[in-house]
Amino acid sequence: MTKTHLSPLETAAALENILASVPAEARHLLALLQKVQARFRYLPEEALEAVAAHLGLPLPRVFSTAAFYRALSLSPKGEKIVKVCCGTACHLRGAPAIIGALEKELELDLGGTSPDGAYTLESVNCLGACALAPVMSVDEAGAGQKTFGGLSPDSAKAVFAKAGPGEGEA
Amino acid sequence: MSRLNSLRELAYHRGQLAALPEARRRLWVCGGTGCLAGGALDVYRALAQAAESRGLGRSVEFKIDLSGCRGLCEKGPLVEVMPEGFFYQKVCPEDAEDIVGESLLAGRPVARLAAGPETLRADQLPFFLPQKRLIMARLGRGRPDQLDDYLKAGGYLGLAKALTLKPEDICAEISASGLRGRGGGGFPAGRKWDSCRLAAGAGAAKYVLANGDEGDPGAFMNRSLMEGDPQAIIEGMIIGAYAVGATEGFIYVRHEYPLSVERLGQAIASAREYGFLGENILGGAFSFDLEIVEGGGAFVCGESTALMNSIEGREGTPRVKYIRSTEKGLWERPTLLQNVETWANVPHIVANGAKWFQSLGAPGNHGTKIFSLVGQLRRGGLVEIPLGSSLRQLVMEVGGGPRPGRRFKAVQTGGPSGGCLPEACLDLEVDFDHLTEAGAMMGSGGLVVMDDLSCMVDVARYFTDFLMGESCGKCVPCREGLLLMSRLLGDLCSGRGRRGDTERLEGWARLLSQSALCGLGQSAANPILSTIRYFREEYLEHEEEGFCRSGRCQGMYRPGINDEACVGCQACLKACPAGAIGGEAKKIHKIDDGKCISCGACLRACRFQAVSAQRPGGPGKGGSHG
Repeated sequence: MTKTHLSPLETAAALENILASVPAEARHLLALLQKVQARFRYLPEEALEAVAAHLGLPLPRVFSTAAFYRALSLSPKGEKIVKVCCGTACHLRGAPAIIGALEKELELDLGGTSPDGAYTLESVNCLGACALAPVMSVDEAGAGQKTFGGLSPDSAKAVFAKAGPGEGEA
Repeated sequence: MSRLNSLRELAYHRGQLAALPEARRRLWVCGGTGCLAGGALDVYRALAQAAESRGLGRSVEFKIDLSGCRGLCEKGPLVEVMPEGFFYQKVCPEDAEDIVGESLLAGRPVARLAAGPETLRADQLPFFLPQKRLIMARLGRGRPDQLDDYLKAGGYLGLAKALTLKPEDICAEISASGLRGRGGGGFPAGRKWDSCRLAAGAGAAKYVLANGDEGDPGAFMNRSLMEGDPQAIIEGMIIGAYAVGATEGFIYVRHEYPLSVERLGQAIASAREYGFLGENILGGAFSFDLEIVEGGGAFVCGESTALMNSIEGREGTPRVKYIRSTEKGLWERPTLLQNVETWANVPHIVANGAKWFQSLGAPGNHGTKIFSLVGQLRRGGLVEIPLGSSLRQLVMEVGGGPRPGRRFKAVQTGGPSGGCLPEACLDLEVDFDHLTEAGAMMGSGGLVVMDDLSCMVDVARYFTDFLMGESCGKCVPCREGLLLMSRLLGDLCSGRGRRGDTERLEGWARLLSQSALCGLGQSAANPILSTIRYFREEYLEHEEEGFCRSGRCQGMYRPGINDEACVGCQACLKACPAGAIGGEAKKIHKIDDGKCISCGACLRACRFQAVSAQRPGGPGKGGSHG
């Protein structure tokens, strides 16, 4: 597990806000961890300890839940999370090629985060936009989720070329 | 809006809504996931701007609104003109001026945006003709975030009637309707309701739950319902709670559906404001409230006991069901869990009666079902048809069959727990029983069409890998069995197959289906078993010859050009990333085997079926086999 990049004071203040927003009942464990994940882009070690203390749960129980769910992460994720849909329809219509193209474009392996923390590249089981296959979404903290459909390896790459500095319209 | 304190106040409010003047004309812009991803918001803004520039900014006569999913996702963004019904496909922001000027103001069609000159309206399209929209009736006809739109369209009539009935009579009505669970199991809903109603003494806590953890890849029915008609799910749950004596409910929503969480949240808030949720619903003695629980991105949480564990704040792993959840479910209390689509059926049944519901669908399989019809076909989208319609009708009529130049190979039904059915099975009735007999299942309603470029061994590997990644790891057959099978399938798909692999695989798959702990594990072998059952030949070609006839498995075929079919269009030449194809326009192309990396791009690019996958050894070898 990793510690946060925030100062201990900042981390403690942010955690306190999150803990205060949820009643101290064991059933809110997953919801609490999701809020921590949304705020820090992962679950820092001190957050797991604070959540365990707040809910009166043993740390291993908190850890096992944190490790179980795909939406939770024990290491920091990028500012933008790129999710390439690997649902059945997307698989048939070429999702593996989209992933290959993005791995090259973002210089990342699937599941990895870029060193500057800009992007995380993930696959997702199904985004529920199957008629537009192949599909991907880009989640940005604060900006919500954007979905891109009918992709080809080139058009998927172009989504990121546009955002980059000095790049023309693709 | 102030709280409605009695059934009379509700009826009065409904009367007032009905008396409001209708807009003279209205544009519905489809706000479903597919259309939004295709740019529906930009279209909506452009339309609003075009209307504004004509001074229609606040017009009550001419309106423009976003609706729930209209279904024909592949042709989106969609815009529909009411009351004329003109149905526009693939609309761009640039079309806004014409749509507002011609259609919204003058009521004339913009023919170039319709499917054809003879098919200006949705109900004239083959995609919609065989459909029967009951649960999806309000999608595309109302604003999902406006409770008044729901009331105007007959919403909460079911609850109003239910509150005048005895709980046992409601359960009896659900039983008599023959409603079966829409999440995949097909268990008779009435039996669950009755057993939950009778469980434990009065006064003790009971729960109703909605399963919105739609995890099957290739399926988005529940998503569209939660986002497009959230009140129907809520109304169904209130009726269910009243019938079984529950005071609290939870809707478990999949992590990947943030918009569903938002829309359901809004809908719950307005239902509280109107007095449909909370203390003393509609002024009566019955109290009930609802909460949303957002999932954590685990497929297994769609399984009933795993879902309950997750709501309790634990790891979402299933437990052995010695005791039914209707007796000991959430927090060991009697619990009634139904899929969101099942809940959306309930208000209709209570309002219109069990007899009416029985008139829909087929014997033992009443009502309609929503399917997500996607994959390699002409028209994909969300479809609602009466149960008992044939697969052929769905795939060929509604979906338009395979894409130009391709041949139908299989339809995959029921998600990862389902199976692949070949053309010979297309006349099967789509219902809970017939597909299961054929080795697949209806499941929650995913239908993925595959053409001749889909390799059935690769498809089995895809689902097995998916399930392996999602296995919770609690029982050995699922955790270890899927791993073994995934490795073997990986070998088959990369030319490392060994003699007897297909049989070995079949044996392991059978073992898994007999020994896994939960329903997901038991059905995890279906993709393998059904593809071996119907496409054994393809397995044997992979195993014995290292040949993939679909041109999917890299290195296991050689693309060859059929000189008679090639028209020299250069499509394959342009698609080839390795520069392995040579030839001038209108002359037969040639593939340089030395440069070819067997990626399959040329196979997919050719629209004349002139490029085909041939045995890697050479053209002669294939013919001599057999």
